[in-house]
Amino acid sequence: MAATPNIYGILAEFETPADAMHAAEKVRDTGFRKWDVFTPYPVHGMDKAMGLKNSKVGWFSFIGGVTGYTSGMVMIWWMNAVDYPIPIGGKPMFSPFGAFPPCYELTILLGAFGALFGMLFMNRLPRLHHPLLKHRRFALATHDRYFIVIETTDPKYSENETRKLLESVGSKRIELVEE
Amino acid sequence: MADALVDFKTETRPASVPVGSALQIKAPPAELQREPLVTNQRSIGWISDAIAGVAEGKTPTWWWIAFVPSVVLMTTCFTMIAYLMSVGVGVWGPGHPVMWGWAIINFVWWIGIGHAGTLISAILFLLRQRWRTSINRAAEAMTIFAVMCAGIFPLIHIGRIWLGWWLFPIPNSNGIWPQFRSPLMWDVFAVSTYFTVSLLFWFMGLIPDLAVMRDRAKTKIRKFAYGLFSLGWTGSNRHWSNYEKAYLILAGLSTPLVLSVHSIVSMDFSVSQLPGWHTTIFPPYFVAGAVFSGFGMVLTLLVPLRKLLKLEDIITVRHVELMCKVTLATGSIVGYAYAMEFFIAWYSGNPYERYAFINRAVGPYAWGYWIMIGCNVITPQLFWFKKVRTNMLLVFILSIFVNIGMWFERFVIVVISLHRDFLPANWGYFRPTWVDILTYLGTFGLFFTFFLLFLRFVPIIAIAEVKGVTPQADPHHPLGGAKEGGHH
Repeated sequence: MAATPNIYGILAEFETPADAMHAAEKVRDTGFRKWDVFTPYPVHGMDKAMGLKNSKVGWFSFIGGVTGYTSGMVMIWWMNAVDYPIPIGGKPMFSPFGAFPPCYELTILLGAFGALFGMLFMNRLPRLHHPLLKHRRFALATHDRYFIVIETTDPKYSENETRKLLESVGSKRIELVEE
Repeated sequence: MADALVDFKTETRPASVPVGSALQIKAPPAELQREPLVTNQRSIGWISDAIAGVAEGKTPTWWWIAFVPSVVLMTTCFTMIAYLMSVGVGVWGPGHPVMWGWAIINFVWWIGIGHAGTLISAILFLLRQRWRTSINRAAEAMTIFAVMCAGIFPLIHIGRIWLGWWLFPIPNSNGIWPQFRSPLMWDVFAVSTYFTVSLLFWFMGLIPDLAVMRDRAKTKIRKFAYGLFSLGWTGSNRHWSNYEKAYLILAGLSTPLVLSVHSIVSMDFSVSQLPGWHTTIFPPYFVAGAVFSGFGMVLTLLVPLRKLLKLEDIITVRHVELMCKVTLATGSIVGYAYAMEFFIAWYSGNPYERYAFINRAVGPYAWGYWIMIGCNVITPQLFWFKKVRTNMLLVFILSIFVNIGMWFERFVIVVISLHRDFLPANWGYFRPTWVDILTYLGTFGLFFTFFLLFLRFVPIIAIAEVKGVTPQADPHHPLGGAKEGGHH
């Protein structure tokens, strides 16, 4: 039976993190691309087992931090030294030292926004609908079960072969997920 | 010499051990083995049920007994603020020479309490203290609500509250910008950043746990609300990978943030030239005091809650003990700072400085000073004893003393330093009014209203994180399904 267009993917359930991790290694080595492991908590070593690269979220945070610091310095210099200078106690109109504390805080503020929104962007969240979230069994992914899902759009996907692969790596429960 | 070296080498590698063999490391003796973070070998599913169960089912009676008076107190707070706004700041105690009264004391006190949440969530995360997972969610919530209570005071103490927006970088009607050479402006940025970043950190930690709530939800409204706020989280490992990186970055950003916030709060005082305020020890001393008071409040909240919510297997006695130890360490730093302040007052040779400190200990407000010493210097030292740390009732009582002591510390700094100006003609004695007292008590209502709502609607412990520190979550542990010897 060929993959019908209304099937999202094949779902294999595992009971322990070790089983899921060994299975992920096999799936990775078979050369699948459109697949994922779903776990109730981040399993250490799973990134390697899936062959994932280091996350790029850091760049978003870095750009946020640099923006925060520079915009803080420019803002304070422009407000207090250019647009409306007020002499106070013979102090310089602008000093990077006096301006440092607010700029430091802005660095952290925009860096934090960069981390959170960068993470959401990389994960393509928020997302109001997902085929997996309709699946009854899949609700256990946030409880105590581990799932591997291979999407039908993966070029290597073929229902019989993929099901056999997932059976061979020890999954006792394999189901199709509708789109 | 060379011969001796060769002999030494041969001695350390006896012939019986072949080169390259895997060394067997013996398990540590029983007394050195650590108690597990989740006791009674609870399963991963049990953790979900126990924590999420708190926010499900029928509302317990004790919750209503706590909630109703909290709402009454919160209403009192808002009534007092309305009264202050309609009549003016004269309804409060401050006046010449004590121009800063309870508003600033309460502000510093509440914001200090907030510091434990960020310390637990960020600094203990970077230090890989895995016990933090049981307490970080509640402590972060405490931080957010405490900073909300704190934020009220600077806003309402300015007198003309409707001009509060002058604090933000917006030009006023004459086109004048805020003055960034004043530490009070630094404070605006520090506190608002602190609130925002704490909220982001808290919310990000909540996303996977709100997904747990979503998947357990029975009613349509709950499914919709938790579904909306969990942003469509599926637990995908590709998502976890980005999530963990973002969490690490947020922890890395929050660590310098938490240290800077109370440093900047202390600069509100130390950048001025008043004896008793103008000291360089203030930033580290304020940060230690903040963490001390914050842990005091975390203990006050969690020691009864672990019992009421039956979470003793997750917030174990070991967790309470560790928090007591942090309280002991920071309390000792605070005690050292008190001693050092006195020493520098004498050693500086500045008569005003010396007078300010002698006046603290023997002047008209000596009662306040000695309450502070009793609560902040003596109380934490009792945590040296394991008998004290493992006695939950005693820990609860001592944690309240810590809260009281830290309020008096800010009273000593603000009121005692101000009440005797440089000239005796400018001396005075500050007394709070009933409005001062009711506004302060009212902020407890605000705090507990939010905290109790948090208990009812949000998982109060980080479910995903606690699961992650159990042995059955570790793919290399036999309980996590690893076959003999594992691999990788």
